[in-house]
Amino acid sequence: MTQQITATRRGFLATVSAGLGAFTLGFPIHEADAQLAATTPEINAWVVIKPDNTIVIRIARSEMGQGTLTGLAQLVAEELNADWSKVTTEYPTPGQNLARNRVWGDFSTGGSRGIRESNEYVRKGGAAARMMLVQAAAAAWNVPVAECRAVNSTVMHSATRRTATYGSLAAAAARLTPPTDVPLRDPKDWSIAGKPLPRLDTVDKTNGKQVYGIDLKMPGMLNAAIRDCPVFGGKVKSFNAAAAMARPGVKKVVRVGETAVAVVAEHWWQAHKALDALAIQWDEGPNAGVSSATIAAMLNEGLTAEAAFVGNSNGDAKDALAKSSRKVEATYGFPFQNHATMEPMNATAVWRPERCEVWCPTQNGEASLAAAAEAAGLRPQQCEVHKVHLGGGFGRRGWQDFVRQAVTIAKEMPGTPIKLLWSREEDMLHGRYHPVTACKLTAGLDAAGNLEALHIRISGQSIIAGIAPQMLQGGMDSRVFQGLAKGGNEFTFGYGVPHLLIDHAMRNPPVPPGFWRGVNLNQNAVYIECFIDELAHAAGKDALEFRRAMLRGAPKQLAVLNAVAEKGNWGKPAPAGHHRGLAAIMGYGSYVAACAEVSVSRAGELKVHKITAATDPGHAVNPQQIAAQIEGSFAYGLTALMHGEITIKGGRVEQENFDTYPIMRMDEMPAVESIVMPSGGFWGGVGEPTIAVAAPAVMNAIFRATGKRIRHLPLKQADLRHG
Amino acid sequence: MAKLNINGRVHDLKVDGDTPLLWALREAAGLTGTKYGCGVAQCGACTVHVDGAAVRSCATPVSSFTEAQKIVTIEGLAPNGNHPLQQAWVALDVPQCGYCQSGMLMAAAALLKDKPRPTEAEIRETVTNICRCGTYNRVVAGIQRASGQTGARG
Ligand code: FES
Ligand code: FES
Repeated sequence: MTQQITATRRGFLATVSAGLGAFTLGFPIHEADAQLAATTPEINAWVVIKPDNTIVIRIARSEMGQGTLTGLAQLVAEELNADWSKVTTEYPTPGQNLARNRVWGDFSTGGSRGIRESNEYVRKGGAAARMMLVQAAAAAWNVPVAECRAVNSTVMHSATRRTATYGSLAAAAARLTPPTDVPLRDPKDWSIAGKPLPRLDTVDKTNGKQVYGIDLKMPGMLNAAIRDCPVFGGKVKSFNAAAAMARPGVKKVVRVGETAVAVVAEHWWQAHKALDALAIQWDEGPNAGVSSATIAAMLNEGLTAEAAFVGNSNGDAKDALAKSSRKVEATYGFPFQNHATMEPMNATAVWRPERCEVWCPTQNGEASLAAAAEAAGLRPQQCEVHKVHLGGGFGRRGWQDFVRQAVTIAKEMPGTPIKLLWSREEDMLHGRYHPVTACKLTAGLDAAGNLEALHIRISGQSIIAGIAPQMLQGGMDSRVFQGLAKGGNEFTFGYGVPHLLIDHAMRNPPVPPGFWRGVNLNQNAVYIECFIDELAHAAGKDALEFRRAMLRGAPKQLAVLNAVAEKGNWGKPAPAGHHRGLAAIMGYGSYVAACAEVSVSRAGELKVHKITAATDPGHAVNPQQIAAQIEGSFAYGLTALMHGEITIKGGRVEQENFDTYPIMRMDEMPAVESIVMPSGGFWGGVGEPTIAVAAPAVMNAIFRATGKRIRHLPLKQADLRHG
Repeated sequence: MAKLNINGRVHDLKVDGDTPLLWALREAAGLTGTKYGCGVAQCGACTVHVDGAAVRSCATPVSSFTEAQKIVTIEGLAPNGNHPLQQAWVALDVPQCGYCQSGMLMAAAALLKDKPRPTEAEIRETVTNICRCGTYNRVVAGIQRASGQTGARG
């Protein structure tokens, strides 16, 4: 088994062995490990220090590629004055969190919240541990606490030249009462946080040792493959279990709820092949007639519908537009996208009448625990979830369908560990898709070409209505207005417009929506930033100057825009045939902008040469990782721009694998220049916001190259021939 | 049953003949460093070397390999995980989630064997693996660094 998991279990035994009872399954723990566990002092929930000075920092959020693990460890280590070379990490489990009154807070990892929402309490965990170590040293030496200093995992008393390592002090420190007043360091004095340190989890990702959920092995484990009704809302009518049972290696056929059938076999490949032998007949249900065309018609109707939820307004836009002498209008659209994480959904479960355990890559361990308990028919206290490294998340792994399925199957084979793995096809057909929307923008320009009135009508799907309708406010989903909202510190619309109306006609097709990296900021950035570009062109103004004039009330958004304009050489001569485009927006508490440089051949072949990107996330915990996130998010966002499109026919998704759902590859990836410009005073996200500016910046550059406005993604549908 | 030479050792694997090499490696030989991403030779997550050439192991059944063919997986790329590419990957912090990286490294290693100093354009054309986390530019920098060319961070 992996070191991560062994370590986690060790931590578990050390800290809460009395709370939850013994494990029913798992990996034999050596005697020595158990003894080490018993003597390894936990200073507090966040920090464990071993006698050999190894520091174990507990990480409640999930690592799915964003460097959250390293960033959070940096924050704790900073306040702890730790020797960074001795720092390791482990995931506490959701069951421990439950047993310890949620001492680690929220486990969910999404919305670019991993660091920004937990930074304060994890830093306090590190600082409190340091204070206790210093206090333990002072007591041992019988000197005042104020005379002792903690440096690099050592406490020193200069006057008497005494030093003690954290490892030697840990046991005494752990017995002290935690301090109540825990001051935090000013970020400008950081020496571990804020630095471009290498990630803690890289080496195992280069030699095949990193264990993902798909790689789990357990004694006696069997493998399951599943087929869920491909038509949304359909059910299983009948299937031939005997035919599947006759296939090599097959141990059991399990009906999973109303909608799916699973095959359990010795090897996954055997289970997967046996699914065909089931010859499942489906009752396709009420949505069999739904197609991309019927959904488009539904959205189209919403573009001009009378009733809509108002998300942002000032002045009287409708009246001003009616009176305007110069109107500009355009309609945009953004299709469904699938997350398509490289590691397909999976979970491993073992069920017994009194206890159920799950190992899975999840973005929300606590939600996994709740889902496991529900499917197991047990109380959460009788269940446990062990988090495994994620082969990508992007929002998909916050949803717990695969956990429920794995537990349901395991329940049919008590005591046998079952690893359920989805095929890529299953993953494509059962996503939680980026919501589909269309948008009609209407503007009125005054005689001087200034934007006087603007109406943005969004028509389409609400994620909240699809996954948590109880969170709607009077039927409205305020998250639809990400980047277009009035005030707040997350998604504020930056432009000053005298008469403004932004509203949403909710139209929910029967395709399950979900949070997809960047969420609603993606399409809203396309809508507003491409339309602003259209308006600048209509007004005969420079796209940068036009924006600048309207961003006087949004200095931070203006600053990132200015930064990319300067570094991206906006307004300066470009290489022959190259053209530039701009975009800027606020999202997830951060300010982001991009300047794209593209060329389009006369035959219509697009090449994105370079994107200059700026982000002001307030504080930058690891600038190197932020730069990696910007590059990575551009690959994700540009894939959606160029190729990504989930279409519906007969109530089901048409794309089943990467041959029909192409992903951007290396030859299409532009050079990325990142400008990380933290201005301090606030905490913004980094995993998601920048993704949103890639597509509109490229689309605006395409207009300059071709004279063609692209208003619907993906570009593979567009004819870019020109000249 | 299949008799395969994997990472320098002959294995007798208990699998049906139609099992793709990928699943024989992962489930019968226990070598889970090679990943499943698509099963249809699209993504490259399953890339291994067969007699030195990069092969997408998900698309060929074990029955079409012989004991004489030398199969190398990420676990066998270098004795201590210290292939120049692996060192470059660590130095440049290439991986994000890391799931695609075994395949990336194997594709890159095959390229370097063929062409010790590939140009950036050659790298971008030859390594067609999918990385959903978008590590592409760092992969390029890693290959350049391992081949003794530039390879500055990022
Ligand atoms: S799994 Fe073989 S190419 Fe994708
Ligand atoms: S690093 Fe995550 S898919 Fe490549």
